[in-house]
Amino acid sequence: MANDVQAKIDQQVKKNKVMLYMKGNPQFPQCGFSAHTVEILQSYGVPFQTEDVLQDPQIREGIKQYSNWPTIPQVYIDGKFIGGCDIVSELHERGELEPLLKAAFEK
Amino acid sequence: MSIDEIKATLEKALPGAMVEVRDLTGGGDHFQVVVVSASFAGKGLLDQHQMVYGPLREAMGSEQIHALALKTFTPEQWERYGT
Repeated sequence: MANDVQAKIDQQVKKNKVMLYMKGNPQFPQCGFSAHTVEILQSYGVPFQTEDVLQDPQIREGIKQYSNWPTIPQVYIDGKFIGGCDIVSELHERGELEPLLKAAFEK
Repeated sequence: MSIDEIKATLEKALPGAMVEVRDLTGGGDHFQVVVVSASFAGKGLLDQHQMVYGPLREAMGSEQIHALALKTFTPEQWERYGT
């Protein structure tokens, strides 16, 4: 069971150039940190896929194991774990997020 | 978890670090934490944040800490940030 969840997450993360695990969805985020992360990603105008962890307790726990990271939201770009709201905000402010996104979509 | 408990836990895990904790809502579960530590030097943000989350993992997992806004700095970065 647990392995199925990890496999599902692995597939989502690898299939989507930008994958965001969040509370709620981009239209109705259920947490300020998730909302802020959505805003940042939307500001780049790139497509991204989201998974609402509140809809699936197994994903909610599984994603923390997958990345060994205790909090949600979690952002993955090109299959790689980037960080949560704080790190994504900081990369955004430093201008380091755009090159990551660019590299992912140019592939 | 109280501000003092978080501060003590992190200072123990990262000796010599400067730790500042604020309770954002007064509810004792939404915190803002700033950590300045020489041990962050040469590490990426992801690793730096892991070093702070590590000692708090249990409290975060049990929802004793619901939200934690985190900023990490090396002493050099902190110097520049403050001026």
